[in-house]
Amino acid sequence: MSGEKLDRAALVEMYRTMRLIRTFEETAVDYFKQGLVIGNMHMYVGEEAVATGVCRALTREDYVASTHRCDGHLIAKGADINAMMAELMGRQGGCCGGRAGKMHQTAPEVGLMSANGIVGASLTLGTGHALYCAMFAPGRVSVAFFGDGGGNQGAFHEALNLAALWKLPVIFVCENNHYAISTSVETSTALGTFYQRGASYGIPGVKVNGNDVIQVYQAAQAAVDRARRGEGPTLIECDTYRLRGHHEGDEQTYRTKEEVAQVRLHNDCILRMCQLLREEMGWTEQEDRELLQEVERQVEAAVEFARNSPPMAVEDMEENLFISAKEEG
Amino acid sequence: MKKIMYREAISSALAEEMRRDGRVFVMGEDVAVVGGVYKATRGLLEEFGPERVRNTPLSELAIAGVAAGAAMCGARPVAEIMHIDFMGCCMDIMLNQISKMCYKTNGRVHVPLVIRTQGGRGRSNGCTQSQSLEALFTHIPGLKVVMPATPYDAKGLLKSAIRDENPVLFIEHKGLYQTRGEVPEEEYLIPLGRADVKRWGRDVTIITYSKTVLAAMAAAEKLSEQGIEAEVLDLRCLVPLDFETIAQSVEKTGRVIVAHEACRRGGYGAEVAAEIGERLFDELDAPVCRVCGADIPVPNATLPEQESAPTAEKLIRAAQEICQGGRHIG
Repeated sequence: MSGEKLDRAALVEMYRTMRLIRTFEETAVDYFKQGLVIGNMHMYVGEEAVATGVCRALTREDYVASTHRCDGHLIAKGADINAMMAELMGRQGGCCGGRAGKMHQTAPEVGLMSANGIVGASLTLGTGHALYCAMFAPGRVSVAFFGDGGGNQGAFHEALNLAALWKLPVIFVCENNHYAISTSVETSTALGTFYQRGASYGIPGVKVNGNDVIQVYQAAQAAVDRARRGEGPTLIECDTYRLRGHHEGDEQTYRTKEEVAQVRLHNDCILRMCQLLREEMGWTEQEDRELLQEVERQVEAAVEFARNSPPMAVEDMEENLFISAKEEG
Repeated sequence: MKKIMYREAISSALAEEMRRDGRVFVMGEDVAVVGGVYKATRGLLEEFGPERVRNTPLSELAIAGVAAGAAMCGARPVAEIMHIDFMGCCMDIMLNQISKMCYKTNGRVHVPLVIRTQGGRGRSNGCTQSQSLEALFTHIPGLKVVMPATPYDAKGLLKSAIRDENPVLFIEHKGLYQTRGEVPEEEYLIPLGRADVKRWGRDVTIITYSKTVLAAMAAAEKLSEQGIEAEVLDLRCLVPLDFETIAQSVEKTGRVIVAHEACRRGGYGAEVAAEIGERLFDELDAPVCRVCGADIPVPNATLPEQESAPTAEKLIRAAQEICQGGRHIG
């Protein structure tokens, strides 16, 4: 596998990112229950290693096309969590001024152009970002995140075929969390996996344990290197698990509590990483506590920022339907 | 002034904009070697090469979505969807992606994308390759919708559409590609959202767009012989709508026919008629009437195909009725 050697600092950095995603989201859920955070809450809890590992292989200038389950992608790509929390609360300081909400966040300053309420839309949009890179910004790459649900949309076929045909610098990252709302991968595909579909487009397909951030990173780095060399797209299937419901309030009658508990206990990406740091890097409980406190402080500051930001105003609601002409040149 | 074909006006607008701005490129089905099934991209491959004249597989969703994704990063694609009837295959991009992007990101990401397509009847292509579906798109906030009727308008409006920072649906008409009209050699632009009075009149205003402008002009000539002077107002753009020009005309004539090839029910003419009713009721001497396509799929056989759309004869009849103090119910 290619890429940087993951020293202690690099591993701790990825662990911190995963912790930040989870703390951000769990805090958001708390405020959702209080009615301060609004909207349809699709949490990324359990899947943090995917965004973290993939985005570790990217630069700030690379692009990401995100999904409805977008918090992890945003945070791992370096988005401002103050603006994210404010968006979740419908505030003017939100990354979209409060008009987009949870599923439609944006962070163009770090290349994450848009999250998306339409499952599968990231596949063609992300391929389009890659076309931009190929034509106008050589060396940059694009990542299109999608889930096992999105993988069954027609967009999957059209995007992968075109990306392979044009050798575009795009990495298709399938976050297989095993459920599209209530529909399991076993009941939505005959084969149960996605990575082998790459072969039919002439795209390398790899499958990794999506709860192992190091595996994710290594696969992503290899795919990014390949894309930067102009050798075209890669399909990476990250086998992960959604630890919360499809949305907050999901009764989850389609799976057992034991199934979820087993993953929480044995295959939670954050616990895995913590254990690895302890066993191989001499990570101490003191260090762990300090890291968590630091992350909590960051999220508290984001909440504070959001609460102090005024709500999106009714009088502003017709703004920005269209953008006016820009200065030439 | 030189007369060129509508399709040549399109290809020359594309070529000029591609020369002017390296970020402009074309993608779509059969746009390269054959220059589009209606020859509207002919000559581009030879001048700009396959990097900027991108032939695609038959993948409308990818054409629209990939073009949108490139535009979001700063490219200025002109994507072609061969028939407007094929929009069903890429409707998510129209409905949820390009039209919402600027609004939902509060202006932080925008989509300078032109989607060129064509619709309309007249070639016996049958019900899935002859539709006029513009109303579906005017109903989506965040899309501009342009429907030129003449080579002059097609060229000037397409150049403006390409320079616009917003997504523009540019709907040509398959029955217009071989029509000819005067187009200046020197560069010109026509701003989006300005209607054009194609013929002066004082008695009745025919508000229309796209190929129905031709039927309206023919009707106006005949009506003139009968002493009725019809003003033909070509909207050119449905979104944004130039209501000011409509108001000026209606204040003068007091009688309005709204005409289009698209189905009457829920058509864009209903929107125009309602706006006039709400805002210009006191100016009217007769109820606004509509002469539109029949509310049926477009039939294939020649006469039913023709007669299910507005014709000059139907427009003449409507104008006669409302100018003689009666009503016309289409």
